[in-house]
Amino acid sequence: MHIARGLFVAMAAAVLLAGAVKLQAVRETAYPQAGVDEDGTLYVTSGAAVRRLTGAYNALAADAYWIRAIQYYGGIKRRMMRKPLAPDPPSMIAADVDEYRDLYPLLDITTTLDPRFHIAYRFGAVFLAEPYPGGPGRPDLAIRLLEKGLRERPDKWEYMEDIGFVHYWYRRDYRAAARWFDLASQIPGAPWWLRSLAATTLIQGGDRQSSRTIWEAIRQSAEVDWLRSDAERRLVQLRALDDIDALQATVDRAAAQIGTEPDSWAVVAEVARRKGVPLDPAGVPYELAPGGRVQLSHRSPLWPLPTEPQRINGTRRP
Amino acid sequence: MQATLAIAVNVFRESVRDKVLYNLVAFAILLIAASYLLGQLTAGQDVKIIKDLGLAATSMFGLFIAVFIGIGLVSKEVERRSIYSLLAKPIHRYQLVLGKYAGLTLTLVVNVSIMAAALYAVLLYMAWGTGPDVQRTWDAPALDPALVEAIGLILVELMLITAIALFFSTFSTPILSAAFTFGLFIVGHFTTDLRNFDQVINSEAAARVARALYWVLPNLSQFDVKSQVVHGVHVPAGYLLNTAGYAGLYIGMLLTISMFVFSQRDFK
Repeated sequence: MHIARGLFVAMAAAVLLAGAVKLQAVRETAYPQAGVDEDGTLYVTSGAAVRRLTGAYNALAADAYWIRAIQYYGGIKRRMMRKPLAPDPPSMIAADVDEYRDLYPLLDITTTLDPRFHIAYRFGAVFLAEPYPGGPGRPDLAIRLLEKGLRERPDKWEYMEDIGFVHYWYRRDYRAAARWFDLASQIPGAPWWLRSLAATTLIQGGDRQSSRTIWEAIRQSAEVDWLRSDAERRLVQLRALDDIDALQATVDRAAAQIGTEPDSWAVVAEVARRKGVPLDPAGVPYELAPGGRVQLSHRSPLWPLPTEPQRINGTRRP
Repeated sequence: MQATLAIAVNVFRESVRDKVLYNLVAFAILLIAASYLLGQLTAGQDVKIIKDLGLAATSMFGLFIAVFIGIGLVSKEVERRSIYSLLAKPIHRYQLVLGKYAGLTLTLVVNVSIMAAALYAVLLYMAWGTGPDVQRTWDAPALDPALVEAIGLILVELMLITAIALFFSTFSTPILSAAFTFGLFIVGHFTTDLRNFDQVINSEAAARVARALYWVLPNLSQFDVKSQVVHGVHVPAGYLLNTAGYAGLYIGMLLTISMFVFSQRDFK
């Protein structure tokens, strides 16, 4: 009798819950709500204030802010990358781009709550420096964040390496980059190749091979999968740049032979005796744009390709 | 001694009967669910975050047990009128206070120990599925024995909070006792501000009062070494001993006053 009553109660509860779920589904179909506000709102932007509010649970609050920063950056980046054909603002002057406005405050709060949150400095700098639309294009904030980490841990050569990298890749300031690589190499425990990286950067800054060396160095020193796979992606992008240079030369030769810009890969294939449509390292066909310009497809996971740093003497060399 | 022990065991049994240990189930579910979800959300920081979460949850769950059971230790007996039958037995009032405190401390020790074991079990599981290359990049190993230092100080802090709750419950109502105890918990984590009060105000008198309060109020921030331990920063043994000694003396003071107040109370 007792068991039967229990079963009846359980079944009644299940039926009522199923009814409530069904009603909710009907309501959502009939009165669709706006999607999740992907930007969210950051009510408190002061790290010191949040530190006060969280009291004995600073580290846990830092974790929460870190997760929020990743979600925020990832969410906006995904949204921005979904509309690849929108006109891009110049990559290096995206400081007034509103989309990523809360990224630095989120990272600042995270590192104020837990000043030893090593990965927050390193990842955060990558997020901040990344040009629009993949990031806010704020190398200045990336350097500020890493310098904050250095104030907490002056022995972290990784932060110095990252600052050098931001100077190299995003600010094209090879002298500053070389200085930071050199500083990093002087820290006990730093890898031997930082010294030669400093020298190479100073002499050949902007060279694609130097970029390759730097990304390879970052790949080797990466502590977590995300940083490693990001460096690997950059290396593949450099390979795509090599491909594009080689293909462009072929297209230019074909254009010279037929006296006009080829309008399809079939024409290039016929003239240059090549087979099929060339594919990028991700397996997506390269595009032949009007004017005979070879470019990466917007559909490629490698898009957008990085803007290459200029060489010290002002010319770009593959 | 015998009577104190009997009371302590009884308090522990009562807390088990009151399903206090159910919080351990919540703790375990929280950790297991977090360990599953965090891998997707934290960009490789799951072990650090599990440690943070485990230590914070141990502290938070313990705080709720210490406060909400601590405030009822004496007042519940008075409310239910069972204090009369207790006092009619051949025990001293101070034994009742000591026994109640020891019983709740025993409950906390059991709780915190099981939570620590659960935290280590989850960390063992996470370390098991992680390659040695990745493990080398962690600030501290997953099964870091130093976690016990942080957990030990959390337990000592909870014992001090229990003494505060018991102290208030000897002369105040449960709601007020809870408010006072939570208030002291919050103030106790910000006492350093009182020490440096002279840097933000000009009044010498106010600065002196603030400094006096700094020395008198319980300094709970010193028990918080969670962040250091998670980042693999060494906590000296001298610091641990000094902090535990401070807690011991403060608890002694609170229990002495509690026993005095309780012995003076008229239950007619």
